[in-house]
Amino acid sequence: MILVLVDHDRGELDPLSLRALTAARKLGQDIEAVVIGKDGAGVAGVVGEYGAKVLHVATHADITDYTPQASGRALKDLVEKLNPAAVIAAGSPRGNEQLAHLAAFLDAPMASDCSSITLGSPHVVQRARWAGNLIEEANVHSPLLIASIFPFSTEPESANAGAATLSEFQPILEASDTVVRVLSRDSGESKSGGVTLTDAKVIVSGGRGVGGPEGFSKLEELAALMEGTVGCSRVVTASGWRPHAEQVGQTGSKVAPDLYIACGISGAMQHIAGMKNSKTIVVINTDPEAPILNYADYAIIGDLHQVLPALTSAVREAKG
Amino acid sequence: MDVLVCLKRVPLAGGTLILTPDAKDIETKHLGFGISPHEENAVEAGVQLVEQMGGTLTLLTLGPSDAEEQLRAQLAIGATRAVLLETDGQEWDPQGTAAALVDAIKAEETQFDLIIFGAESVDSAGYQIHVRVAHALNRPIVTNVKAMKIENGVASCERVVATGREHYEAPLPAIVTVRDGLNIPRYPSVPGRMQARKKPVDMKKAEPRVPKLEKLNLTIAPSKSTGAEILGNGADAVPALVEVLKKIGAL
Ligand SMILES: Cc1cc2nc3c(=O)[nH]c(=O)nc-3n(C[C@H](O)[C@H](O)[C@H](O)COP(=O)(O)OP(=O)(O)OC[C@H]3O[C@@H](n4cnc5c(N)ncnc54)[C@H](O)[C@@H]3O)c2cc1C
Ligand SMILES: Cc1cc2nc3c(=O)[nH]c(=O)nc-3n(C[C@H](O)[C@H](O)[C@H](O)COP(=O)(O)OP(=O)(O)OC[C@H]3O[C@@H](n4cnc5c(N)ncnc54)[C@H](O)[C@@H]3O)c2cc1C
Repeated sequence: MILVLVDHDRGELDPLSLRALTAARKLGQDIEAVVIGKDGAGVAGVVGEYGAKVLHVATHADITDYTPQASGRALKDLVEKLNPAAVIAAGSPRGNEQLAHLAAFLDAPMASDCSSITLGSPHVVQRARWAGNLIEEANVHSPLLIASIFPFSTEPESANAGAATLSEFQPILEASDTVVRVLSRDSGESKSGGVTLTDAKVIVSGGRGVGGPEGFSKLEELAALMEGTVGCSRVVTASGWRPHAEQVGQTGSKVAPDLYIACGISGAMQHIAGMKNSKTIVVINTDPEAPILNYADYAIIGDLHQVLPALTSAVREAKG
Repeated sequence: MDVLVCLKRVPLAGGTLILTPDAKDIETKHLGFGISPHEENAVEAGVQLVEQMGGTLTLLTLGPSDAEEQLRAQLAIGATRAVLLETDGQEWDPQGTAAALVDAIKAEETQFDLIIFGAESVDSAGYQIHVRVAHALNRPIVTNVKAMKIENGVASCERVVATGREHYEAPLPAIVTVRDGLNIPRYPSVPGRMQARKKPVDMKKAEPRVPKLEKLNLTIAPSKSTGAEILGNGADAVPALVEVLKKIGAL
């Protein structure tokens, strides 16, 4: 049996977990899922649809919001009870963190960002390194495989199955498990049109070629028109032209919108790592030799300060 | 306030990666070395805390003896001293690395109030070494911190997520992992560089352990092979792009 940790934010499913469920199904064993916190129980329908027969719900008075070490403890309790062949989660910051706590409790190895898994003795995984620019093949020497799934390696596929059966359990927590937890939140910097970078279907992204903070108004205008948002390269955030929250790449956000328009961005490996999984990539660059062209679908060779205003008015016209 | 920052020497590759003939490593002959961006933020945070509150900033790395170069560079920023756990060039998996760091931390006379890690390294990003260290030292850990204040013996931390910001608190002694954007790392001053040459770097031998996560080989991830279709030059190419946007359903 494969146990899949399904992550949720106050009851709302993390869509990356569906990719983890899909990847887990490929291992050819029964799938059971686990959510931490009783408000996760609402995902039983969709988790079942994606192939989990049972949804274990870790319920505890002290787990009211994200509490990573308590998650690790709950997973450990469940692993000891059910003895699964593998524990799988999405390769998201939360997925990795909760699995790391499990691995630390069990003193067992953990393989992060896996794109392929073969169960055996040893288990063999392929995992992303250098932000997905390299694929590493590795042996995992441990009866239990603890692995997270590289977010963009698996497309979610429904198994068209019915809702999972609920099974509640109460983990036995120690006081230290609940010290670190979300105490409060705020909604953060408001983005153009309220669309966040990782949710946006369209991202208009700017690099050094934009020339300065003022130049970004052209990008904002097009992004707003297309109901998307603005992204940027590290040169831009390092120069203080845009907030760090907008940075795309290895040390920024990893995004996969339907459309990514890269304006004045050269295509350094660390930038590519954050956007290469976009469905369609359009480049506007003065340099026909810019490396980003190797990753793009379409390109206009030219000055973005001329191309963008023309594009914005053409899009406005097309939208009527 | 005594702070410890953990660093790792990594090759600095901007363009394409090239593999060694045995496909076990990347070819570093023509590359410089440094530390990962998040770790520069970690050192800057440590320097600021010691400036504000007094105390010491210690650096710790597990790596080849050449990693002294990275330690000296960060000593020049303002760290007090450094410890290098020297490897024999063998591979260390996250469990082995964490265990060696834990042994070294326990062997220190100083009880560090705060241990800071980078949130992920550029080459590995296993997301676990810091959690393992936290468990072994029985300390609370907050990861992916983008803003931090130390007040009344508590590290209050912010983490940026898709929906905004989350607030966490960890009573000291604690561990945090930090991200780019936490602060703006300073450049070393000339006197800083001079002093760094004389600051103590303790070299210790690290005993290798059998890796449970064992690297077999590396391959370069495939990219789109065909390259981009050039729609034209300048604003004249805009109508062609609009057609493309209609075709893919973006309009
Ligand atoms: C460890 C590490 C992590 C990193 N993480 C990230 C990251 O997360 N995200 C990231 O983006 N970078 C990251 N970087 C930095 C990265 O290596 C590059 O330095 C950066 O992406 C370059 O930004 P750029 O493309 O905007 O600038 P440049 O490389 O300078 O490219 C500017 C481009 O603009 C074009 N141009 C100039 N003028 C115009 C014009 N008028 N119209 C159209 N085009 C024009 C030029 O032809 C050129 O192609 C990282 C680096 C390291 C070492
Ligand atoms: C299968 C496999 C193959 C590996 N191959 C190599 C290899 O070819 N070459 C190689 O050098 N390493 C190799 N490593 C080791 C790896 O790069 C790290 O030493 C270790 O795995 C880091 O754990 P992490 O991925 O959780 O943390 P990372 O994401 O790498 O780092 C997080 C933070 O932990 C701290 N940290 C990480 N490593 C160290 C260190 N050594 N000393 C002090 N602080 C540190 C830093 O603060 C860093 O920002 C390999 C590891 C694995 C699992």
